Amino acid sequence: MKKQVKEVIVVGGGLAGLSAAMRLAEKGCKVKIVSVTKVKRSHSVCAQGGINAAINSMGEDDSPLIHAYDTIKGGDFLANQPPILEMCLSAPKIIYMMDRFGCTFNRTLEGNLDFRRFGGTLYSRTAFCGASTGQQLLYSLDEQVRRYEVKGLVEKFENHEFMRLIIDDEGVARGIVIMDLFNMKLDILKADAVVIATGGPGLIFKKSTNSTFCTGAANGRLYMQGMKYANGEFIQIHPTAIPGEDKLRLMSESARGEGGRIYVEGDSSKSIINSDGKTIPCGISGKPWYFLEELYPAFGNLVPRDIGAREILRICEMGMGVDGKSQVYLDVSHLPEEKKHKLESILDIYQKFTGDNPREVPMKIFPAVHYSMGGGWVDFPAADDPDRWTRFRQMTNIPGCFNVGESDYQYHGANRLGANSLLSCIFGGLVTGNEVPRYIDSLSTSYDEISSKTFERSLQLEEDFKKDLLSRNGAENVHMLHDELAEWMVNNVTVKRNNKDLTLTLNKIKEIKERYKNISLDDRTKFSNQTYVFANQFLSMLELAQVITKGALCRNEFRGAHFKSEFPNRDDENFLKTTIATYDAKKDEPVISYEPVEMQYLKPILRDYSQAKKIKPTLQNIPSNIELPL
Amino acid sequence: MVKLSETYILKIFRGHPGNQYFEEFELELKPFANVTSSLMQIQKNPINIKGKRVEPIVWEQGCLEEVCGSCSMLINGYPRQGCTALIEPIMKETKNKTITLAPFSKFPLVRDLIVDRSIMFDNLKKVHAWIDVDSSYDRGPGPKISPEKQEVMYTLSTCMTCGCCVEACPQVNERSKFVGPAIIAQVKLFNDNPTGSIQAIERLRPLMGEGGVADCGNAQNCVRVCPKKIPLTDAIAAMGRSITKQIFKDLF
Repeated sequence: MKKQVKEVIVVGGGLAGLSAAMRLAEKGCKVKIVSVTKVKRSHSVCAQGGINAAINSMGEDDSPLIHAYDTIKGGDFLANQPPILEMCLSAPKIIYMMDRFGCTFNRTLEGNLDFRRFGGTLYSRTAFCGASTGQQLLYSLDEQVRRYEVKGLVEKFENHEFMRLIIDDEGVARGIVIMDLFNMKLDILKADAVVIATGGPGLIFKKSTNSTFCTGAANGRLYMQGMKYANGEFIQIHPTAIPGEDKLRLMSESARGEGGRIYVEGDSSKSIINSDGKTIPCGISGKPWYFLEELYPAFGNLVPRDIGAREILRICEMGMGVDGKSQVYLDVSHLPEEKKHKLESILDIYQKFTGDNPREVPMKIFPAVHYSMGGGWVDFPAADDPDRWTRFRQMTNIPGCFNVGESDYQYHGANRLGANSLLSCIFGGLVTGNEVPRYIDSLSTSYDEISSKTFERSLQLEEDFKKDLLSRNGAENVHMLHDELAEWMVNNVTVKRNNKDLTLTLNKIKEIKERYKNISLDDRTKFSNQTYVFANQFLSMLELAQVITKGALCRNEFRGAHFKSEFPNRDDENFLKTTIATYDAKKDEPVISYEPVEMQYLKPILRDYSQAKKIKPTLQNIPSNIELPL
Repeated sequence: MVKLSETYILKIFRGHPGNQYFEEFELELKPFANVTSSLMQIQKNPINIKGKRVEPIVWEQGCLEEVCGSCSMLINGYPRQGCTALIEPIMKETKNKTITLAPFSKFPLVRDLIVDRSIMFDNLKKVHAWIDVDSSYDRGPGPKISPEKQEVMYTLSTCMTCGCCVEACPQVNERSKFVGPAIIAQVKLFNDNPTGSIQAIERLRPLMGEGGVADCGNAQNCVRVCPKKIPLTDAIAAMGRSITKQIFKDLF
């Protein structure tokens, strides 16, 4: 079916959604962007440190293949390798594209792009805009999309929420039901493809580095409609965040990339086992003990995030936290002025929220829930797969429904490397922008040939649920239920996990699901009713909480961000496989199955960060017919 | 340090268009509490100072760390972000345990503290606030830019379109079409960019007539309230000079 004008819905206006929308509009598609906020306010603005690309401008002998190697190893070999390889090959071109869009990257004296070092690598390959890189990249894409808006190719539905995918009798996506967040009215949007780019589910844990938009509700709703959800149990804990009541504000890895050091006060009466298995004293009493530098001499403060977070927790559990609390010092006060200046925006954040000036005194920080490696399952045929051109990259198991950005599961495996998220969002967005028109060309019927009943039925389901929720009159308050869920999730499903507590948590979520039936809303009005909006989201957040918890319970090993005390080793024989969660309305918990990981370029090796060897990795079987999206 | 058993009162100008009123909530002071965390507190237990259960306050929020621009509101009459408005320092400064919150007054009210700031985004369309690139395909790197110039552009580009400068500007009112400071600073951002400068005139033209740069009354309120410390008045002055030059060019 060759349609004159292809119509596409993009849900979410962060980096992934906007890069997809931009590429789609560039290809002449008519795009409707649906976002719960002005797209310019999307959570991508919170990304601070930078975006990776092995441009090798610093003469370090870096290359996209080493970047791919670092990413695969950093993800503990759980990620499929073809998408990572193509992302890393595209990275330099993506940086140049954003540079041409006017993104305000930091410069060298010669006027070229400047790069800094980030975690999990020995190379300086992170381009950055001060310490608010995500904000600057998002604004550049927002501007390009606005240009297409003026041309009439993009129409925005801001302050609207995705409520449900409209699936026809053949199981194909044909549109969505949306809700206007100002007047609460439900409506139908029709299209021949739907792109979901709704970010992560950090709010399930409540206290996280995420924006309050990041409920995961869209993915949860899709999961309940049959979308497979992959690797849900892999939740990244960022080692350094500012403790707080309402939010754990991120303190970027760039603080350490520029030379910031983590320490606690030493205690020579205590001892600890380092990364070589040797027992060493916990520093010298009364003096700063830079424990990451002693435990991991090669990578020091720039170990991958899962390792950093676990070590900080270990030190605090040994009673060595600052002021006896769960917090350690992160010190940048010794850095030269010019480096502090590069970190200005994050140092300002610290000062604004704590009152302390980190230019003069060390910051107090602690790990926080940060990023979901897991997300909607999507396809990614490799360039040399015989069926490459009959399958569609970034498409979920629901035909016509694509998923991209933090809300998909690709690119990061069991742990994401710093500054790879912005890259994966833009790369995935561009890929999606290329694949969607090709998918629409393959359709034999368009949405306008689908019975209106299909659309009305979906709308009615949402109307009914809205009525039901607004009329509930029990004793439970949804915000209190959220607090309870979050406390269980943070305590049992983050840095350290064990099967006993995971089982208890799974039962707790089931209990909260029961109690959710007895909620009562403090607001029953029909305008900007945020209590209702959240209560509706909370249903699917509970489902995703179960996916995360059960995935963790079933995975009896230690891999990347998933650490279980009773299974302290990676178990490739039994668990080098992707977790797939599917929803079954008849069962009270997710159905878990597995699929193999594609590892054609690099066989699993030990994930070792104790050595400072810059190696030239050999990636095998690289296809000769790779076509990058730019 | 204020004693932790202390309380404070949020006096909130709330309601729907045509029906706004003050409602007060008394809250227990927690360390590092800010205006948005206080509003979250009310959400959990929306009981006003008279002990009556009421509808929770609605407001816009997002990042909670002053990079998204969502939670703009008037706090003690001052336009700023709710997330960085820490309760304790405000109480100390005002020597008053009551803090007044109100929605912005220069934008259409939606409900409680939510207003519709769409006009700012519409104005960005009017002034051609983007770089006209050929495509999103590979064309190598962009132009070289000195670190000094990058610094200036980066500062301009941190504008969150939060609306504080528009709210504070006396020239933005029912009788004027003034686009406001933020939009003019964005024109400077794109005109400073080596590629963007090619289309500089397209951005200057909309600022020439009514509602443009000449409507600025130089009250300087905008720079005082900008949470990102963007040199807005300098940008307005610079664009004023560019426009004057352009008018001369147009004449001859």
